[in-house]
Amino acid sequence: MTLALLAVPTRLAHLTAVDAIIVAFYFALVLAIGFYLRGRAETGEDFFMAGREMTAWIAGLSFMSANMGSLELMGWAALAYRYGILAAHAYWIGAIPAILFLALVMMPFYYISKTHSVPGYLKLRFGEPSRALSAISFGVMTVLMSGINMYSMALVMKVVLGWDIHFSIWVSSIVVAIYVSLGGLRSAIFNEVLQFILVWAGALLIPILGLIEAGGFSNLKRQITHNAGEEYTHLWSTLGSFNSNPMGVHWTGIVFGLGLVISFGYWTTDFLVVQRVMAAKDLRSAKMAPVIGAAFKMMVPLIVTLPGLLALAVLPFKLTDETTAIATGGHSYNEVLPLMLARYCGPGLLGLGITALVAGFMSGMAGNVSAFATVWTYDIYRALIKKDATDHHYVNMGRWCTILGVLISIGTAYMVMSFASIMDYAQALFSFFIAPLFGTVILGMLWKRTTDAGGFWGLLAGTLSSVGMWAWVKVSPAALRYIALSPNARDEAENLYRALWSWIVCIIVTVVVSYMTRPREDHELTGLVYGVTALPREEAVPFYQKPIFWAVVVGTITIGLNIIFW
Amino acid sequence: MQERGISIWFFIGLSLLVNGGLITGSGVWEVLHPPANPVVLFDLHASIWWGAILFVGGIFYCARFAPRRKT
Repeated sequence: MTLALLAVPTRLAHLTAVDAIIVAFYFALVLAIGFYLRGRAETGEDFFMAGREMTAWIAGLSFMSANMGSLELMGWAALAYRYGILAAHAYWIGAIPAILFLALVMMPFYYISKTHSVPGYLKLRFGEPSRALSAISFGVMTVLMSGINMYSMALVMKVVLGWDIHFSIWVSSIVVAIYVSLGGLRSAIFNEVLQFILVWAGALLIPILGLIEAGGFSNLKRQITHNAGEEYTHLWSTLGSFNSNPMGVHWTGIVFGLGLVISFGYWTTDFLVVQRVMAAKDLRSAKMAPVIGAAFKMMVPLIVTLPGLLALAVLPFKLTDETTAIATGGHSYNEVLPLMLARYCGPGLLGLGITALVAGFMSGMAGNVSAFATVWTYDIYRALIKKDATDHHYVNMGRWCTILGVLISIGTAYMVMSFASIMDYAQALFSFFIAPLFGTVILGMLWKRTTDAGGFWGLLAGTLSSVGMWAWVKVSPAALRYIALSPNARDEAENLYRALWSWIVCIIVTVVVSYMTRPREDHELTGLVYGVTALPREEAVPFYQKPIFWAVVVGTITIGLNIIFW
Repeated sequence: MQERGISIWFFIGLSLLVNGGLITGSGVWEVLHPPANPVVLFDLHASIWWGAILFVGGIFYCARFAPRRKT
C-alpha cells in the first residue's frame, strides 16, 4: 500500500473553501468537546472509566466507533475489491456472533468484577504474571497499530488531497492528544459518538449513488460477474474448496479461524473495545451496548464492502496491487474508497467524506491511546512500579501517558514510513496476541478448574506458537501448506489458520498445566467464573428492553443476510 | 446518559446542522453555476437533498437536546 500511494503523482480531488470549512469545523468541534469536558476528569474513575455512567446507546456507538479506524474503513473496502463479497465475512460471521457473546455471556463478569481493564481481569483470575504478560503485549500492539493507522491515513490524505504527510500526522495526532488528555475516556467516548455519526453521514452516500449508477443490486451482480467473475458475488457457496474463491480459503478457515478464534479474540478480549462497554452505567446497559454495536456493525458492509463491489462494476479502469500501480502509474486497491468518494462527491460532500475518513482515523487513535493509558497506568505502572500513590497521581500519569502514547504512535508512523513492510505484517502481529488471549480468558471465565499456572503458560505457549508458525512460513514458504492447509492460501487465509492453531495450543497447554497444578478454592473465584458466581438479577423491564431480545433480533437478521448472499 | 451540562447529542446536532447547511448551500451554488467537470450523477444534485437531510436532523437534535433542557 505504502509504495503505491507514494508513487501516485497527482491528487484525486481538490478541496474547495466549503470543504475546508467543514473539515476545520470538525476539528474545532472535537477540541471544544475536549475543553468542555476537562473539568469532569478529576478522579481515576472519571478519567479512565468515564465515571461508569454511559447509557447503552453512547457506550454502544463508542464501542463501534473505536473499531472503525482508517485501516478498517479503507482496508476492508480494498479487500472487497480484491475478494468480492467474501470481505463481508469480517462482519457477519467475523463480528456479530462474538459481539453478542460478549454482551450476553462475558460482559457480566467484566462488569461485576469492577476491574479497570482486561489485563486487570487476568490479574484477578490468574494472578500478576498473566496480567503483566497481557498488559505489556497489549501496550506494544496498541501503539503499533495506532501508528500504522496514523500513517495509512496520512498517505490517503496525500493521495486524495495532496496534503503533506507530516502535516496530517502531527495535526490530527495533536488534536487527539489534547482532547483525550483533557477529558479522559469520557472525552474519547463523546468524540467517538460524534465521529460515528460523521462517518455514516459522509460515507453512506457512496453506496446510494453507486447503486443508482449500477442500476440496482441485480445489475451490479451482473456487472461484477462480467468484470471479475461470479465467485466475487457469493459469501459461502464458493468455500467448499480452497481454489474456487478469490481468497484461497476453505469454509473451515472462515468458520473456525475467523468466526471462532480471531473474531471472539478481538471482540471479547481486546481492551480497546471492551473498555467502552465497561464504562456503562449499569449491567443492563453494559449488556445492551454491544448489542447496539452489533446492529450497526451488521450494516457496516454498506459503507465498506459495497463501495468495493461497486468499484468492481463501475470504475472504467482496473485497480491493481502496489507493484503494478507503481509501474503503470495507476491506482492500487487501497485507494478504492477515496476513488469512489471523489467519483460522486462534489464540493461540500467531498469535505464531509474527507471528514468521515479523518474522523474514522481519530476515533481509532483515541481508542488506542485511551486504552493504552489505562493499561499502562493500572496494569503496568501501578502494578509493577508504584503501588501506593494517590488517585490524583494516577490521573496525572494517565494524562501524561495519553500524550506519551500519541508520541510513540507518531514515532511508529515514521518507523513504518522507513520500513514499509511493517504494514504488511500488522495484521499478523495483531493476531499473535489476540487468539491465545481469548483462549485464556474464555477458559478462565467458564472453567473453574483452570489454575493460575495454567492460564499463564497457556497464554505464553499460544503466543509463542503463533510467532513460531509465522516465522516458519517466512523462512520456508512451503510451510504454508501445513499452516494454512493450502499452498495457494493468501495472507488473510494464513492469518485465520495460524490464529486457530495458536488458540488450540493455548487451550491444550492451559488444560494440561491446570490438571498438573492445584486449583483455587471456589470462594476465591466468586465474581470471576461461571458456576461459582451468582449473577445479579436485572431490573424488571418489558421484553423489548431486554438485551437478549435484541440479541436474538440481530442474530436472526445476520443469519438471513448470510442466506441471502449465500 | 445522566446529563450534567451539555448532551453529546446536542454537539452532534450542531455538527449536522452546520454541515448540512454548508452542503445544501454548496449544492444550490453548483446548480446556479454548473462546474466544468461535474462528478458522476451530478444531475441528481445529491448535495442539495443529502445536505437537507443532515440539516433537518441537526435541527431536531439541537432543539431536542438544547442545553436548557433536561433529559
